[in-house]
Amino acid sequence: MKRSLLIPLSVLVLAVSVTARGDTDAEVQARKDALDVAAAFSNDGFKIRDGHWCGIVKPHDHSLVAVNLYAGNEYWFSVGATEPAKKIAVSVYDETGKQVTTESYDNGEKAAAGFAPSISGQYFVSIDLLEGEESSFCLVYSYK
Amino acid sequence: MIRLAGLGVIVLAGGILVTVAAETGHIPADQLSIARTDSISIPTPGELFAALEKSGKTNWAGQYRGPIPVTYRNRPQIALNLGGLIADGFIAVQAKDGQQVKNIGSDIIKLAKALGVSEKLLSRGNSINDFAENSEWDTLQEELEATQNEVKSSMQSHADQDLVILVTLGGWIRGTQVVTSAIVQNYDERSAKVLRQPALVHFMQSKINEISPELRNEPLVKDVSNELSKIEKLVSFPPGKTPDIEEVRKVNEAVGKMMEEIENKEAPK
Repeated sequence: MKRSLLIPLSVLVLAVSVTARGDTDAEVQARKDALDVAAAFSNDGFKIRDGHWCGIVKPHDHSLVAVNLYAGNEYWFSVGATEPAKKIAVSVYDETGKQVTTESYDNGEKAAAGFAPSISGQYFVSIDLLEGEESSFCLVYSYK
Repeated sequence: MIRLAGLGVIVLAGGILVTVAAETGHIPADQLSIARTDSISIPTPGELFAALEKSGKTNWAGQYRGPIPVTYRNRPQIALNLGGLIADGFIAVQAKDGQQVKNIGSDIIKLAKALGVSEKLLSRGNSINDFAENSEWDTLQEELEATQNEVKSSMQSHADQDLVILVTLGGWIRGTQVVTSAIVQNYDERSAKVLRQPALVHFMQSKINEISPELRNEPLVKDVSNELSKIEKLVSFPPGKTPDIEEVRKVNEAVGKMMEEIENKEAPK
């Protein structure tokens, strides 16, 4: 089978598996937005990791997920959120809870944080709703 | 490439503008302790190998192992070996060895079928063969990640979720065996830094503690769980400490022992 046919097939399988896990329509849309942001980094050689994390973020609150990263790799954490979210932010914290310096991309309900850890181990990615009301979001990450 | 050259710098990444800023925030320990852990919290073998690859000295083909049996009858053993095989697939991709990828892809499908996972995996096997035939290495890596996730999703939908962590664990053990072996063969401080993963091992141990008592008491699962507790100590280096070659060797011996048991332990009659 040609790759041109396999890629849409893979997307279809992915979409089916997302639906099977019971993601809401809003989460599916948020995931699509997150993948749009991540796709921009693919041009720089970042591979989008298969898998995602979807949830709900509330005003003046954050959602926090633990990730395990390797020194030597570079990472981008890309998030999409759906209406009524107006502005979201992504930030990264080390295992002691200290915020690390990241590159940032912010565009309303889409945002990303880029980070190259010098120490392997656990980090925490925080998704913050800066403006808007309770919304669905989805996080994907890329590495190289 | 990410270069944190200064504050407020604007750089172009993949055609979009990004800013760089130092941050001073802090999250208290009580909030960290309730942070969500998810499948995304566990790195794939591909991420581990990407970090190792940075040294540019890895002899990936030198890390191959002989074919493993695909006739296991004990489900936990199948799950652990399936994870190991998927890691072998990533190694073959790193080595850019199409034939090896095809061989491993075929074994992955056989073991997955033995667990009764989705027939959809058969098409994954075909895709893996096609991509290997055309030397599409990046796509192959994505396909392997997707295969691993599909195996796990299928297990969950078949009420086999207790086996999911064993697939993950098998992949981590085999990946760590390969990485430690490569580092011991050609020690490099930058590469050795990838071995610091105490939270990851702790997380996998905690997931094993959540599986059904019946499965947890399977002799192989029990042994692996006991060894994992020892390995957690071996990979718990302080944040600024790079493991020396002897410390790497100890991790290699520990995971090698586990891998040997996963491959060869006789199932109880």
